[in-house]
Amino acid sequence: MLLDEEYKRSFFISHKNRPVPDTQTAGLDTFPRLLLYHAKVRADRPAIREKDLGIWQVWSWDQMKTEILTFANGLAAMGFKRGDKIAIIGSNRPRLYWGMTAVQCLGGIPVPVYHDSVADEMAYVLKHAEVTFALVEDQEQVDKILEVQTQCPALKTIIYDDSRGLRDYDHTHMQAFDDVQRAGKSFSDKNPEFLSQEINKCSGSDISIFLYTSGTTGKPKGVVLTNDNILITARNSAQIDGLNDKDEALAYLPMAWVGDNIFSYGQAYAVGFCINCPEGEDTVATDLREIGPTFYFAPPRVFENLLTSVTIRMKDASKLKQMLFGYFMNIAHRTGISILNNQPVGFLDRFLYQVGELLVYGPLKNSMGFNRIRLAYTAGEAIGPEIFDFFRSLGINIKQLYGQTEASVFITAQPDGEVFADTVGVPSPGVEIKIAESGEVIYRGPGVFHSYYKNPEATEQTKDAEGWVKTGDAGYFDDKGHLKIIDRVKDVGKLNSGELFAPKYIENKLKFFPQIKEAVAFGHEKDYVTAMVNIDLDAVGNWAERHNIPYSSYQELAAHPQVFNMIMEDIEKVNQDLAADEKLSNTQIKRFLILHKELDADDGELTRTRKVRRRIISERYSQLIDALYSNRNQCHVKTEVTFEDGRKGFIEADLDIKNVKTFEPLRKAS
Amino acid sequence: MDTDQANNKAILEVKNISLSFGGVNALSDVSFDIVESEIRAIIGPNGAGKSSMLNVINGFYNPQEGEIWFKGQKRKNLKPYHIARQGIARTFQNIALFKGMSTLDNIMTGRYIHMKCNLLSQALWWGKAEREEMEHRKRVEEIIDFLEIQSIRKTPVGRLPYGLQKRVELGRALAAESTLLLLDEPMAGMNLEEKEDMCRFIIDANDQFGTTIALIEHDMGVVMDLSDRVVVLDYGRKLADGTPDEVRKNQDVIDAYLGVSNE
Repeated sequence: MLLDEEYKRSFFISHKNRPVPDTQTAGLDTFPRLLLYHAKVRADRPAIREKDLGIWQVWSWDQMKTEILTFANGLAAMGFKRGDKIAIIGSNRPRLYWGMTAVQCLGGIPVPVYHDSVADEMAYVLKHAEVTFALVEDQEQVDKILEVQTQCPALKTIIYDDSRGLRDYDHTHMQAFDDVQRAGKSFSDKNPEFLSQEINKCSGSDISIFLYTSGTTGKPKGVVLTNDNILITARNSAQIDGLNDKDEALAYLPMAWVGDNIFSYGQAYAVGFCINCPEGEDTVATDLREIGPTFYFAPPRVFENLLTSVTIRMKDASKLKQMLFGYFMNIAHRTGISILNNQPVGFLDRFLYQVGELLVYGPLKNSMGFNRIRLAYTAGEAIGPEIFDFFRSLGINIKQLYGQTEASVFITAQPDGEVFADTVGVPSPGVEIKIAESGEVIYRGPGVFHSYYKNPEATEQTKDAEGWVKTGDAGYFDDKGHLKIIDRVKDVGKLNSGELFAPKYIENKLKFFPQIKEAVAFGHEKDYVTAMVNIDLDAVGNWAERHNIPYSSYQELAAHPQVFNMIMEDIEKVNQDLAADEKLSNTQIKRFLILHKELDADDGELTRTRKVRRRIISERYSQLIDALYSNRNQCHVKTEVTFEDGRKGFIEADLDIKNVKTFEPLRKAS
Repeated sequence: MDTDQANNKAILEVKNISLSFGGVNALSDVSFDIVESEIRAIIGPNGAGKSSMLNVINGFYNPQEGEIWFKGQKRKNLKPYHIARQGIARTFQNIALFKGMSTLDNIMTGRYIHMKCNLLSQALWWGKAEREEMEHRKRVEEIIDFLEIQSIRKTPVGRLPYGLQKRVELGRALAAESTLLLLDEPMAGMNLEEKEDMCRFIIDANDQFGTTIALIEHDMGVVMDLSDRVVVLDYGRKLADGTPDEVRKNQDVIDAYLGVSNE
């Protein structure tokens, strides 16, 4: 499609001299055009892999092009028209990714749907997006669609990838992927020019995809993103972190999530790297090891679990191994991060780190599947500093980013050498960020979404005429110019003194301690900040066993004076930390108590996804809150609890309340 | 499936089987048949002789009286491995896997009866033996895919939870590519979800590979949903034989086994 000179001119030279094609000037502004381009420039390079029957199957860019175009022709033969929407439902399968590109060839719009959602949730999206086709993975998804088909009259045709169990189904409105491709072959024989004409009609400003936000509040909203949104953002981010066509990524994130659309689809097409589809959801860890990706995204929870499993396995290891691990992890802690950040490190330390790499870090990274990793991202929630430091000290360049669906992911990211656990980095290329009066972070940039589908009011509320989008998050820039997200805007309160109070920020800091499971901070319209804490029964129970402290229940353990002191020390550390903060130094915790029961979703204290429900907690424990804001050092409490079988009962306790040491702010708040 | 039962020929016929251990009569004068590509359930109270019946069919026990006709031929008293070679595979009530071997290797043992190379060439793993093993591995991988146990492919089965071990055992029986598959309480001790999975695998195996299945099961919901025909045993005697509906209404069966609800 492109001449070689054009292609050479179209190079954007990134700061690491790795060419990333410029999608704008070279006319490579849609996914189909990029497909044709890669199929020409790197025809034999791997484009996608899938593990099938225990063996990794590879498709080169050229083979992938053939598969996609044949399928697109098949769709056209079945009457798929420009502007039609197709639901894509299933786990990460090559054919589902191909389906997306095929649809984009015809000017249609793919609508990926979370494959683990139940039929009713699915029905809402299918109906709202007015999908006419559905491309699904297997029988499970077909069954769900058939269950709700009457609610979605527009949906006429189901195409499935895996035919297992579907042999006896009524096939009048159902076809196998292979059959569609077969039809596609005969269609292209008759209309050889049709598809290239269709591809030529598409442009960068066309709609690329609908992504439905998971909708924790209210019905899901369909975020409309254009080709430009995704491809410009993908290219910018790939450039700044030096991704190239030799990179490998594991495509294991849900396809309906914007992250997958950027990391496994947008960036793969923008740069031309290879993505790998794991065999199944529960084989991801093994597949990760086999592939050894160079580029990896995972939410903080995954890294946390990895660290936990390493710690547990090390406890079972032989004395010699434990010793080696302990010794070299100390060295890694001292020098690893500096080496990763290209800071000066003494010769001896550098040498010891190399030895450690040989003996400990290398094998450890290999067992986690990280031995080739060049770039890892994490996002979604706050990551504990020690988790973050652990991976970075091993030499894994893990960075945080901050983003949302409406921004095509990237709002901020951490540049190499400027990675901190408590900030989310600097604005991504092309993105402008402002902090509104209310403390809310607002941004504008190339990735900003087109609109919410069929919901102009919501679009207007979120995005103003000049393209500024509200994130709903409160934050500020620190003196290094890095954005720090502190809480949801609606949860941020003010102390009576007028200081900003961000409960979640404080709670997260508390929860980073393994012995604290949940924490609730209070302070809005009060004189000072207080906290209620839930201990982690596993971690503290383990500690109690090792120190021969007998206990029979959560309540008893939580009331143990040594536990109380341990938690108090943790809170002091948090206070020390807060004292160093520019804006939040006056929100140190003055008084606290340890709750006599675990906060529980059955009692309505947490949401099912384990988020704290502040209003309900402050009503249920109003006695305790009053006590926290008095001089008393004990409080009697009686709480109704719901047991797992639905019966109700009461728990009574006398809780200790103590004052905690607070610290002088290290610098004056501005 | 149940519509043209009559047209299908019986793949296995059990005629007037009597089996006793000393003075204990485990089975007395039991006759029934299993027709091609059906799911046949054998039910009955504890000690009714269900497992003995399966053991007779696959040759662990030789009955004192009666005949077994397999694929239209009267069967002589054979060793179990001869019978396995004829095309009858089974699973066991208490799991009988090689605990120290991986899932993959356990299922591979199911292919053993189809391996043609001699011990020496298998040990050297050269030429024909290598090609043959690759063929078999492919079949095994298909079964792993079918049973959705990819994640435990290389895990020693001793480390697996009970439900998964049962699934591996089914995999090994499927690997034998038998014409008749005997399942002895495939769902015993499973939770609801595992039972549902197992049901789906049994139906799919029956549907996709056309395997005829005879199973013993205590969960009546499962039996009535899964099977095409049910035979009921009690104290070694046949009590009833027919479709799930017929059996459910049979007064003898209700008295002996199912009981009535107290309403």
